[in-house]
Amino acid sequence: MMQNLLRTEEETMLADAARGFLDKAAPVSALRELRDTNQSYDRGLWKQMAEMGWTGVLVPEAQGGADMGHAAACVLAGELGKTLVASPFLSSAVIAATALRQVSDDRALRALAAIADGTATYALAIDESAKFNPASTAMTATKVGNGFRLDGKKTFVVDGGLADRLLVLARTGDDDALTLFDIPSDRAGISRTRQSMIDSRDAANVDFDAVKATGDDILGELDDAMSVLRPAIEAGQAALAAEMSGLATGAFGMTVGYLKERQQFGVPIGSFQALQHRAAHLWCEIEVTASAIANAGRMLDQDPDNATLAVSLAKARATSTAKLAVSEGVQMHGGIGMTDAFDIGFYMKRARVAAEWLGDYSYHAEQVARLRGF
Amino acid sequence: MQTDTHQPEQFRTELHDWLSDNCPQEMRDGGSGESAICWGGKRWEFTSQAQKTWLSRMAAKGLTTPTWPKAYGGAGLSRAQEKVFTVEMAAINARSPLQSFGIWMLGPALLKFGTEEQKQTYLPPITRGEVRWCQGYSEPGAGSDLASVQTRAEDMGDHYLINGQKIWTSYADQADWIFALVRTDREASKHTGISFILIDMASAGVTTRPIRLISGASVFCETFFDNVKVPKENVVGEVNKGWDIAKYLLTHEREMISGGAQGLTGGRALGAVLAESAGEGGLTDATLRAEAMACEVDALAVDLTLERYKDQAEAGRGVGDASAMLKYMGTELNKRRHELLMSVGGSDALEWDGDHGNLPADWLRTKANSIEGGTSEVMLSILSRRVLGLPG
Ligand SMILES: Cc1cc2nc3c(=O)[nH]c(=O)nc-3n(C[C@H](O)[C@H](O)[C@H](O)COP(=O)(O)OP(=O)(O)OC[C@H]3O[C@@H](n4cnc5c(N)ncnc54)[C@H](O)[C@@H]3O)c2cc1C
Repeated sequence: MMQNLLRTEEETMLADAARGFLDKAAPVSALRELRDTNQSYDRGLWKQMAEMGWTGVLVPEAQGGADMGHAAACVLAGELGKTLVASPFLSSAVIAATALRQVSDDRALRALAAIADGTATYALAIDESAKFNPASTAMTATKVGNGFRLDGKKTFVVDGGLADRLLVLARTGDDDALTLFDIPSDRAGISRTRQSMIDSRDAANVDFDAVKATGDDILGELDDAMSVLRPAIEAGQAALAAEMSGLATGAFGMTVGYLKERQQFGVPIGSFQALQHRAAHLWCEIEVTASAIANAGRMLDQDPDNATLAVSLAKARATSTAKLAVSEGVQMHGGIGMTDAFDIGFYMKRARVAAEWLGDYSYHAEQVARLRGF
Repeated sequence: MQTDTHQPEQFRTELHDWLSDNCPQEMRDGGSGESAICWGGKRWEFTSQAQKTWLSRMAAKGLTTPTWPKAYGGAGLSRAQEKVFTVEMAAINARSPLQSFGIWMLGPALLKFGTEEQKQTYLPPITRGEVRWCQGYSEPGAGSDLASVQTRAEDMGDHYLINGQKIWTSYADQADWIFALVRTDREASKHTGISFILIDMASAGVTTRPIRLISGASVFCETFFDNVKVPKENVVGEVNKGWDIAKYLLTHEREMISGGAQGLTGGRALGAVLAESAGEGGLTDATLRAEAMACEVDALAVDLTLERYKDQAEAGRGVGDASAMLKYMGTELNKRRHELLMSVGGSDALEWDGDHGNLPADWLRTKANSIEGGTSEVMLSILSRRVLGLPG
């Protein structure tokens, strides 16, 4: 962990540009409107994100991408998090793009190009129970003739209700014999039920009933999902941590603003030391988490085979920091913080969903412990 | 070894070779507790010949103060080189050759505010471990409210006459010199009548009285000044402008205290240290294990934050008020770690100098981390005012 942890000039410019754009195009009120009209994300916004090169942030230039790397993807995710921008950015531009890059055959290259130009969205169908645990996958892909037959149920398939394609993890044998399939979401035998999630975003239960797949649908090698999936998941975890860190920063900004503005006892409530110290503590936690995020991005770019510790550290820290930021945020807003008309509640709900996605605090703290030798 | 090489790999190789040729075997035990520290100074008694050799070899290379300019006895290393230095030292488990308040606190302040003559006079002896400094800030009536110091320095024409009392002066009874905050203008407002002055502890009228700590040690003292004469050129910076220097120095002290917090498990994973103290079977208690995991997560992230802020300082953007964050997070974490170590040790960890070394003394010592150099509450107040811009 010895790389420089400061943002490069390029990354700073990217963050500034993203912030400028998102404050106009996707403030929190945009999420509210999507929720009120029962939509999961704004396809127009997604198209603009493609035009700005964001969907191709991890796609090679030859496939029309910007190929800026994971630290840059984390910068974007962080800015998206600040105003709770709903989009399939993590599922498609980060997770699927990283998975496809591990393969790089013609089909994968075409898929990468489609992600970069915004014409294809992906979802990762991995969870089968209430907790993230890829190793315990029960869904089966049974060999039938030259192909496979997929049976099973996936849940909490984030962005899965609307995605064009699914990356599906299925069991092809005992123990570690897992295989990753890349299939269109409208293939016969797949039924998707949208979950009405607290963060108002897209997530689905996906049932696979005798779904046919061929060897060409396999991403990577048979029985070896993890060499493709591990980097993809880690890229997703890091970007999700960055999103949560941005979310914490956004909630914190609202809260400090309120401390300066709300008057009680004839003074701004921010003059009460009890609140000052809690706000200052929260700021410290956010700063410390930002370092873990920066480190995860650098490690994924420079030493991806050894990034697990950095990534789990980032996700664990981001999860606890975001939780603190939204809890303190609501508390320090008093009654108004509990109202739907006020935005802080959106932060709280997204933080809870993000906490569970791709491994919760305990999952990642356990990874850290294991990698640190206890 | 050339320390000014621009080839990172060459620098690493040369440093590596030099360290392996020059670091005595006895100094490669990674020792970092109080007993392993070499503080230097006129009264210092080396605990071994190896300690003495190690200090003189490192000092000759400027490596007791790696980033200080060569002109004042440092090695002039860049931040990138300093990182390499840290890694190479850790690789052979080398002890730090010298630690002192001169290195941590006075040096940075003099480098920024001192005259050329002051730098030439005071810095090289610090790098060689010849002069040991202590810090005369706190007084019985001026703790968190440091700017209300009352120790007086009266202008007697060709010198100052100092009268007053300092308290909690760490190692005052071992130190050769003291850097102190004194009031030079009693009419001025609290912050504007203070000067930063250097006083020889051997001067007539200086006395110290050690105070016993809860750990049994007595590392700090009451320090009395009774008509002590001090030359006028010993004021650093402008007269009555000492508060700026005091604050600048405190940011370095805070960084040091937060950094020191990391070193206490010698860079090893907390869990490994815990497992060792837990004895056979390792850390099996589920509650303690969960606490240890959370502590390790936070410790790694705080370490990275120290790194990030050092990178920032190197890039020319100072750490400034954020040093309060590093101090607060680092010291609170260190207290958590030691609570865990004590819990894991159980009744075995309750004896002075027991099987776990002097763990109880270390544990008690950590309680001071969040008091010395400004309390945690004061850190949070600084952050809320200066970083968050909250009123009052
Ligand atoms: C081991 C050790 C070594 C030390 N070494 C040195 C040294 O070498 N040189 C030196 O000059 N000093 C030294 N000190 C002194 C140290 O800097 C002071 O103890 C510290 O600044 C606190 O001052 P105080 O003890 O007077 O506590 P007080 O200021 O009386 O504080 C008591 C409590 O009140 C809280 N408090 C005070 N003001 C506020 C406020 N405005 N808002 C909220 N809470 C507040 C504090 O946080 C603390 O919890 C050392 C202290 C220790 C413990």
